[in-house]
Amino acid sequence: MSAPPATGSDAARVPLIEARGLTRVLPGTVPVTLVRGIDLAIQPGEFVAITGPSGSGKSSLLYLLGLLDVPSEGEVLVEGEATHRLSEARRARMRLASLGFVFQFHFLLPEFTVAENVMIPMRKLARLSRGEMRARAESLLAELGLADHADKLPDQLSGGQRQRVAVARALANEPPAILADEPTGSLDSKSSEQVFEILRALVDDHGKTVIAVTHDLDMAARMDRRLHLVDGMLADP
Amino acid sequence: MPLVLSIALTHIGGRLRQSIISVLGVMLGVGFSIAMASLMQGSQDDFIATLIDAIPHVEVSDDRREAAPPPAAERFGAVNVIGARPDDDTRGLRNPVRLEAMLESWLPGRMAASLSGQAVLRYGGRDVALSLTGIDPATYLRVSTIGEDMREGSFMELAANLNGIVVGDGVTEKLGARLGDTIAVSTSAGAVRRLKIVGTFHTGVTQADEATGFTVLKTAQVLFARPNVINRLAIRLDDVNAARAVAARVERMTGYRATSWQEANESLMEVLVVRNIIMYTVVGAILLVAGFGIFTIVSTIVHEKARDIAILKSLGFEQRDIRRIFLTEGLAIGALGSVLGSALGYGLCVGLGSLTFEVKTNIEMTSLPLAYSPLHYAIACGFALFSSGIAGYVPARKAASLNPVEIIRGAS
Ligand SMILES: Nc1ncnc2c1ncn2[C@@H]1O[C@H](COP(=O)(O)OP(=O)(O)OP(=O)(O)O)[C@@H](O)[C@H]1O
Ligand SMILES: [Mg+2]
Repeated sequence: MSAPPATGSDAARVPLIEARGLTRVLPGTVPVTLVRGIDLAIQPGEFVAITGPSGSGKSSLLYLLGLLDVPSEGEVLVEGEATHRLSEARRARMRLASLGFVFQFHFLLPEFTVAENVMIPMRKLARLSRGEMRARAESLLAELGLADHADKLPDQLSGGQRQRVAVARALANEPPAILADEPTGSLDSKSSEQVFEILRALVDDHGKTVIAVTHDLDMAARMDRRLHLVDGMLADP
Repeated sequence: MPLVLSIALTHIGGRLRQSIISVLGVMLGVGFSIAMASLMQGSQDDFIATLIDAIPHVEVSDDRREAAPPPAAERFGAVNVIGARPDDDTRGLRNPVRLEAMLESWLPGRMAASLSGQAVLRYGGRDVALSLTGIDPATYLRVSTIGEDMREGSFMELAANLNGIVVGDGVTEKLGARLGDTIAVSTSAGAVRRLKIVGTFHTGVTQADEATGFTVLKTAQVLFARPNVINRLAIRLDDVNAARAVAARVERMTGYRATSWQEANESLMEVLVVRNIIMYTVVGAILLVAGFGIFTIVSTIVHEKARDIAILKSLGFEQRDIRRIFLTEGLAIGALGSVLGSALGYGLCVGLGSLTFEVKTNIEMTSLPLAYSPLHYAIACGFALFSSGIAGYVPARKAASLNPVEIIRGAS
C-alpha cells in the first residue's frame, strides 16, 4: 500500500477518474435511464461518497466509473486515458491494474483460502513471483487484522472479516483507486466502523483514491467529498 | 499451476460425482473405440494377408486393355486401315522368353509363367471340374506360398514326375481318390492324360481347395494343345504396396493387361473402405455422446458459478480468460477420459486377443485377429478431445459473454 508514483508536476491536475456527459440507458421496449449527463472529476487522494435515494443510480454510476459497464453516451477517462474506444481486453486490464472493487457482499471464491483469494488478482497480473505474492497477501491481511486467517476458507470467517478480505483483494495489485458499493451495507455497526477506518487509512496514509456508495449519511459526512444523485443525475445534497 | 487451470479444477472438484461420470463416459467411448478399431483393422489385415498370399501380387494375362492396333497400322504409321482382315489370333502371351527377359532387369520381385485352363478330373466314375495350371514347380514356389499349404506329398514331386498332379484336398475328397492314385484328366482340347496324384494342399480358401490343381507346364501345354504358350505371368513383389505401380509399368512395356492385387479385388477394397467409414462413424457417434455428458456438466457449472464469473470479471479477467476456464474443464475431463480409455482399450485388446474360437468360414480363425496401432489410440483420443473441446467451448462462450453488472445487481 504505497502512494501512486507522481508522474510530474502536473500530475495532481490530471484527474484519476473523469466522467464527461455520462449517460447509461438500458435498451428495451421501455428504455430505462440509469444515469444521465454526469460530469465529474475525481482527483488522486480524494475520499468521495456517492449518496442518494434507493434507485437513484448510485451503483450504476460506480460500475461505469469502474469500467465494468459501458456508457450509452459520454465517456470515462482513467488517469487521463479515454476508455470508450478500448477493447474489452484492454478495459479488463485497466480494472486489473488500476481499479479495485469492493461490493456489498464479499464475493470471495468459496473454494480458495483467504490468502489464495487475495492472490488471484496478483496471479492474473503476473508481475510477482509466487513467493512474493504470498508474502504480499499475508502482509495485506495482517494490516487488515486478519493475520491468523490466511489459510482459512471464506465461510469460516464472519461477515466483517470477509469484507476485509475483499478489501485486501481489491488492494492486491496496488491500484490507485478503490471503488466500493455499500461496503458496510451488510455489516453491523462495529464491523462497519472497522471497514470505514480501513478506507479512511487507505486515503490518508497510502494516498489511495476511494469512491464509496453509501446510504449512511453520517459516514458520508466523514468523507472528503459527497456526490448526491437524484433520478440518475447529480444534484446538490 | 496456472490460475485458469486451478480455477477449472476447483469447479470440477465441486461437482466430483458428475465429473467422474463424464470421465467414465469418455473412457468407455475411447476404450471401446480402440478395441473396435483394433479388431476391425486386425481382421482386415488378416484378410488382406490371406488374400495376398493366395494370389499373385501382379498378374500379367493374355488380354489387352485396348484392342491391339492392326499390324499394318503399326508398321506404316497409318491413321486408319480399311479392309484389313485380322488373323485368327491364338490367345496367349507371345514369346514368353522375351517377355521375361524384358521384366527381369528391373522387377522388384520374382515371376513365374504358367498356362491355365479348365480340365475335368475323373476317378471311379466321379467327375470334378477344376482350373488346371501348368507351372515350373521350382519357379512357381518362388511366387506362391502353396508349398506351405501342402497336406500330403510335396509340390516338388511334380519336377520329377511329368505325369504328376497336385490338387486341393477338397478335390481328392470329392473324387474319393487318395495320394498315389492315378486319375484321368481331360480338357476341351480333346486331350486325355492319366496323371498320378503326388500331393494335396489345403489353403483355407474353399474355392482354391475344391477346384484347382497343378501340373508341370509341359504336360499342361499338351493337355490344352498349346505347345510353347503361356497365358499368365504371376509376379510376387518384395513390397506388396508397389503392386499398382509395377502393374502400370509392366502394362506400358508389354501392352498386356497387368492386374495388381488391389485392382483384382477392387470391389473388396471398396467394401473395406465402407467398413472403415462405418466404423469411424460409430466411433464418432460414441464419442459425441460422451461429449454430451461433458456439455451438461460444464453448462451446469457455468450456471452455478455465474457469481464467481462476475467477480472474476470485476477483478480484471478478460472474456478470453473466462472462456479458457470452462474450455479447460471440458478438455480436462476429455483428457483424463482419453488416458483411462486408452488403458481400457489396451486391456480390452489383450482380453479379446486371448480368447480362442473355432470358426469355420472361408478363412479359418483360431483367435480374434487384433492389430495394435498407435493410430487407433490417436484417432480415438483425438475424437474424444475434439468432442470434449466443443462440449466445453459452447458453455464457455456463454460464460464469457455473461454481463457481470447484471449478475452483481441480481446477487445484491
Ligand atoms: N436491469 C434493469 N432493468 C430495469 N431497471 C433497472 C435494471 N437495473 C437497474 N434498474 C433500475 O435503474 C435504477 C438505478 O439502479 P441502481 O442500482 O443504479 O440504483 P442504486 O442507487 O444503486 O439503488 P440502491 O440504493 O437500491 O442500490 C433503479 O431504478 C433500478 O430499478
Ligand atoms: Mg445500489
